[in-house]
Amino acid sequence: MMSPSAIPAVEARNITKRFGATTALADAGIVIAEGETHALVGRNGAGKSTLVSILTGLQRPDTGEVRFAGQLAPPLADRDGWRRQVACVYQKSTIIPTLSVAENLFLNRQSAGGPINWRSLRSRANELLDQYGVAVDAGRMAGDLDVEQRQLLEIARALSFGARFIILDEPTAQLDGPAIERLFDRMRALREQGVTMMFISHHLEEVYRVCQSVTVFRDARHVLTSAVDDLPHDELVAAMTGEAAAGYQARARTTSTAAPTVLTAEKLTMAGRFQEVDLTVRAGEIVGIAGSGSSGKVGLAEALVGLRVPDSGTVTVNGTRTRPGDVASALRAGLGFVPQDRHKEGFVPLLSIGENATMPIAHKLGRFGAVSPSRRRARAEKMIEDLAIKTTGPAQPVQDLSGGNAQKVVMARALADDPTALVVIDPTAGVDVRAKQALLGAVEDAAERGAGAVLVSDELDDLRICDRVVVMFHGRIVKEVPRGWADAELVAVMEGVDAR
Amino acid sequence: MTETTVASPGSPGGSPDKAPPPGGGHNGLGLARFRDLALVPAILVLIVVGALIEPAFLSADNLTNVLQQQTELSLLVLAEAIILIAGKFDLSLESTVGLAPALGVALVIPAASNGLGTDLPVALGVPICLLIGMLVGAFNALLILRFKLSAFIVTLGMLIVLRGLQIGFTGGQNLFALPESFLYLGNARWLGLPASVWICAVAYAAGIVTLGYFRHGRAVYAIGGNADAARAAGVRTDRVMWTVFVVAGLLAALAGLLMTGRLGSVAAAQGDGMIFTVFAAAVIGGISLDGGKGTLFGALCGVLVLGLINNILTLAGVSAQWIQAIYGGIILIALMLARLTTGKAQD
Ligand SMILES: Nc1ncnc2c1ncn2[C@@H]1O[C@H](COP(=O)(O)OP(=O)(O)OP(=O)(O)O)[C@@H](O)[C@H]1O
Ligand SMILES: [Mg+2]
Repeated sequence: MMSPSAIPAVEARNITKRFGATTALADAGIVIAEGETHALVGRNGAGKSTLVSILTGLQRPDTGEVRFAGQLAPPLADRDGWRRQVACVYQKSTIIPTLSVAENLFLNRQSAGGPINWRSLRSRANELLDQYGVAVDAGRMAGDLDVEQRQLLEIARALSFGARFIILDEPTAQLDGPAIERLFDRMRALREQGVTMMFISHHLEEVYRVCQSVTVFRDARHVLTSAVDDLPHDELVAAMTGEAAAGYQARARTTSTAAPTVLTAEKLTMAGRFQEVDLTVRAGEIVGIAGSGSSGKVGLAEALVGLRVPDSGTVTVNGTRTRPGDVASALRAGLGFVPQDRHKEGFVPLLSIGENATMPIAHKLGRFGAVSPSRRRARAEKMIEDLAIKTTGPAQPVQDLSGGNAQKVVMARALADDPTALVVIDPTAGVDVRAKQALLGAVEDAAERGAGAVLVSDELDDLRICDRVVVMFHGRIVKEVPRGWADAELVAVMEGVDAR
Repeated sequence: MTETTVASPGSPGGSPDKAPPPGGGHNGLGLARFRDLALVPAILVLIVVGALIEPAFLSADNLTNVLQQQTELSLLVLAEAIILIAGKFDLSLESTVGLAPALGVALVIPAASNGLGTDLPVALGVPICLLIGMLVGAFNALLILRFKLSAFIVTLGMLIVLRGLQIGFTGGQNLFALPESFLYLGNARWLGLPASVWICAVAYAAGIVTLGYFRHGRAVYAIGGNADAARAAGVRTDRVMWTVFVVAGLLAALAGLLMTGRLGSVAAAQGDGMIFTVFAAAVIGGISLDGGKGTLFGALCGVLVLGLINNILTLAGVSAQWIQAIYGGIILIALMLARLTTGKAQD
């Protein structure tokens, strides 16, 4: 692909970065050849996003150096210098919700000096969005967009800089199948134009699909770099985890039809999202909801927990009819949930893990509204252990955790009150192979304790733990399949090819 | 004015509570414009009410008077609004209103008239006054940005310290022997209107244009909306915030200067208690305490609403002992109405 003597497009060498007691990177590095798409993989907290912030000039490494095409990177203060070298879609959203889509696209470059012409800015933005096939009106507030649209906006913005090196930190974690395909098409087109890319994902099959080489980090260190073709899947997993790979085995379970129902939706309708949905979940049962991005599955799940107000229909949790749009009443009735957008609804970033994870049970940790710190600590430590959260302790703010570990805190919170009904949306987004098993295991544990769960996911692998999967298409449930379905069968229904 | 509001996408976005279904809704600008003008009907109603209560209300003299009385408040609201949009706080502005002119005056007048005895050239008085406002802003910025202290606590502390300083070096006395230069701006009339009204209009026009049409102004919104994202986009967030605090201090000192000129003295309590009204006007005007939302035009409308209410209460002959309670109560009602008409929670 390249001659060995060629100067690499990007190199970071001997990078060490500490955050207080945590060493995020220890003498790690990466070398990326001109024009290749290079994967960076590793478990949650391995230091991938930290390397991204160093490669994009947001943070200064304690030691080590970054070079672009052999030239030393510009000083940290020279943001424009960095942006000419590298564009990035960060793992944490960098969309400003209070500004319009157009302004987000051209943030800090709204005009070439002189006053801003809003009309032309908006039309430039619409052109850009068209060019990248993003169907969003540039005049809308960015805060009104859904997760997927915001991510697409973010990608379009990064690409629009025309930098020759682009970093994508888990861009696929929150996208559904067709959106991921569109992204990959774009990535391939860019590669044909000679753009160099670094791609981070926990979906190893994606690495095999779009990347030519891969670098593995483990515990803040560089483990190996190899051409993807020379590294079979099992060896890759072994390099990431330091042990032999083992796939997740869904457990066998039998739900009796006599078990009480814990969660029901009757004729639930929300205009433009879903219509007349009936759903019944029994104790000890896991029901999957599958569907494409526009199927309304996420909206339905959000209506079940009260994050959205349906136009009509009822939700019953453990025999109590919950008030529409009232999350607290659903929680009181014994519901736990993992929202789709963890940054928005999942946790309070500045509070500690302990406080976030025990929020729903604060009333049980002390009397008269007081919360006993020692009991909170004990509970939080147990959760950290159960879900293998990588952290310095329960007192660490969730903001400082890596993306996947923050997701585990959200799951811990959902499970804190031993809910009898559980609604989880995309629980494994941005979570590494091993952690995925821990999270799915936690859902299965809850079912074994007698909880009924609804699992919404784009991952067919996640849905395998479900006793049955209902498939939604354009806002309606079109099919229900029992355990033991075949991938092709499910995908066909999801895409509307076979809606018998 | 309409130009700005039509075009400025930075004004709070119109959204029904939840995101509209994909593909639907191009409501952003339409509602934003509407939100910006939300107070205009309220202002019209107040003018009608005022005219009904007291015919003298509509006289040019009285309306000019209303405007002039609000100039100091409106400069403070301008300062606070910019800081709030950037996602921070400044409570100390009201003390700067007193301290800056007091120190400026004390440094130039003879010790016999309660001066500090430094007897600096009189021409330096006004520049010193403005400089002090900027220094206070810079000091706030230092504590908040460099030492990462909470803006709320820092500026609350500064509010007390600055007031204490003023009382300390004036011995709690009002300063009366003011040089001519301190009286000029608060009294002069340019083209038939008080100079202070012109100054305010220019300050607001400059603010609206900068925040609506210039990159550095938009950066203020970006920082308030998501500071990390702004930094990633290359906004020099610290530099912008320093500027914001210093400009706010300058505006507060200017407000103090106008008040000094209008009243002909520097009272020991000058500016005392204004900060509640400042926040109320900003919030009624649609500025979010969470940062990133609101427009200066909205804030200006908030000031006008409060100014008209105040004037109507006075004209209606509400007794001086009760006026404060009634005024405060009306502000609370106005906040509730603003909440209802804008349909969004005030955070
Ligand atoms: N600002 C910070 N303060 C303290 N610790 C931090 C900070 N940023 C990262 N860390 C720690 O550094 C380690 C590496 O984090 P990083 O975000 O780079 O992981 P990652 O490989 O991107 O993981 P993920 O796949 O979950 O996103 C983690 O243990 C994290 O807790
Ligand atoms: Mg990461």
